[in-house]
Amino acid sequence: MNLDFTKLFELIIASSLINNFVFTRFLGLCIFFGVSKKMETAVGMSITFTAVMMISAAVIWFIFNYVMVPLDITFLKIIVFIGIVAGLVQASDTIMRKMAPGLYYKLGIYLALISTNCIILAVPLISAGEKYNFIETLAFGLGSGIGFALALIIMASIREKLELADVPAPFRGLPMAFVITGLIALAFTGFSGLITL
Amino acid sequence: MQNTSTIKKTSLFAIAFLFLGASTLYAGVGAAVEAKEYVDIIQVLKFTLIFLAGLGAIFGFGLAFAAKRFSVKIDPRVEQVKDVLAHAHCGACGYAGCEQYAEAVVNNPDVSPNLCIPAGAKSAEAIALITGKKAEVKEPQFARIMCQGSWSKSTKRFKYEGVQDCRAAVLAGGGDKSCIYGCLGYGTCARVCPFGAITMNNDHLPVVDMTKCTGCRKCEAACPKKVIEVLPATKAVLVSCHSKDKGVDVRKHCQVGCIACRKCVKVCPFDAPSISNNLSRIDINKCRVCGLCVGPCPTNAIVDFIPQRPKAFVTDKCIGCQICTKLCPVNAVSGEQKKKHSIDQSKCTGCGICTAKCPVQSIDGTFNAVEVFASAAIKKKKKAEAA
Repeated sequence: MNLDFTKLFELIIASSLINNFVFTRFLGLCIFFGVSKKMETAVGMSITFTAVMMISAAVIWFIFNYVMVPLDITFLKIIVFIGIVAGLVQASDTIMRKMAPGLYYKLGIYLALISTNCIILAVPLISAGEKYNFIETLAFGLGSGIGFALALIIMASIREKLELADVPAPFRGLPMAFVITGLIALAFTGFSGLITL
Repeated sequence: MQNTSTIKKTSLFAIAFLFLGASTLYAGVGAAVEAKEYVDIIQVLKFTLIFLAGLGAIFGFGLAFAAKRFSVKIDPRVEQVKDVLAHAHCGACGYAGCEQYAEAVVNNPDVSPNLCIPAGAKSAEAIALITGKKAEVKEPQFARIMCQGSWSKSTKRFKYEGVQDCRAAVLAGGGDKSCIYGCLGYGTCARVCPFGAITMNNDHLPVVDMTKCTGCRKCEAACPKKVIEVLPATKAVLVSCHSKDKGVDVRKHCQVGCIACRKCVKVCPFDAPSISNNLSRIDINKCRVCGLCVGPCPTNAIVDFIPQRPKAFVTDKCIGCQICTKLCPVNAVSGEQKKKHSIDQSKCTGCGICTAKCPVQSIDGTFNAVEVFASAAIKKKKKAEAA
């Protein structure tokens, strides 16, 4: 396995900034709007999210490349990936409850939300489609996690400030959050020229 | 926990069998992502089936093993207690959240079951039943706004145009009101209330909806002017002012502030109000909620939270003892010894003092009549049991 560090760095930057899942691909918006009301939940969610994403991407990479590709059943990838993610989330939920109850009470509530999230599914699907190797898959998962954390934290800090702002009545709450997301997405298009491949 | 893993296992098996049907359609068309001339459907079917079944089995066993190996023993009573709590996570019980209180009340014998104020007496009984403790019904408490100085009735020192929140406004030199003790009226308490019990009226004064208020003390903690007090529900006559300014200054700033004129002190038959720091305060332990001080107050700073005070009347039980004629603060009762007394309805204020003192419970109609009769009946019963 040859390690090309520039390629890995590019992958992380590309997946976190240029192709940010929330702001350019518009995936995972449900969780994004749900937990970005408070900074505390946003940080907890991003940590859990990144961890689960990397673990599931790694496990799925092995199953995909060493079982599904040789058996020529790659058309099953969507349903198999969903099953694997759900199983992993359930397992980590059980194990965390026993091994780290403190962490469980802090982050456990987000685990159930994650199991059916589309970013978690998109990362292994894209890395399977792009034929990334193992290290690249991990880097891609990490980059996507950082990107999601960035999106959540930016949004949470804006929405905490917004609580005290005098927003016109029809825009109060979720509509305003959508407007802000659109504006941030516009800003994120500025990253598109960051790396010229 | 074990149930969920078996459900997951069986559902994965079910998915595998579904694919038996679906993949026959698929294999010919869908598998041709990398174009192939010929697809062996039987082979693909076989692999699909084995793979999905195998994956399902591995995950099923894995989860079952994890559930067994990492099982956490939870007292089932904790879940039951959690179900009857209010789930407001208000912290009124003194614990971080409902979950922590549920655990504490089950595991610690010293934690009393009536601490969940929002859920009320019913849940206290239910928790007592679950944990085998004794339920003592806690008197409900309400948040009382101890200021009536709405924007139209009070003056301002300057015009405040910052963030519309009391906690922000108070940073601007203690707020824009002339009275430094008064309610600022930017509605922080209304936003903080987890039950939506507080609304701001048109004159920028918070109004507490007693049917929704649970006495959780969130507003009390949030108010930067400490204008809100959480007091027992039955103590319904209160001096609704916190101003420690001298009477002259209070009059300048506000139309409804306490000017410490001592009229309430003089009129009270129970010595409940007392003046200190230019402010009258009713001692809730002494107050009998008669409401006599409400009328004489020249600035209407004393508020009677009892919505109606029906007037008293004498029933046929009266033995003519004349105790009430001596007690009545407004001389509404008249009557000769050993004859049924009568109450002058035009004079009666409905204070309930005579109802409470009558030895045979013959005076009815006042706000406290039901309570007085009930406690008298209990006393009688106890006496009968003792004898």
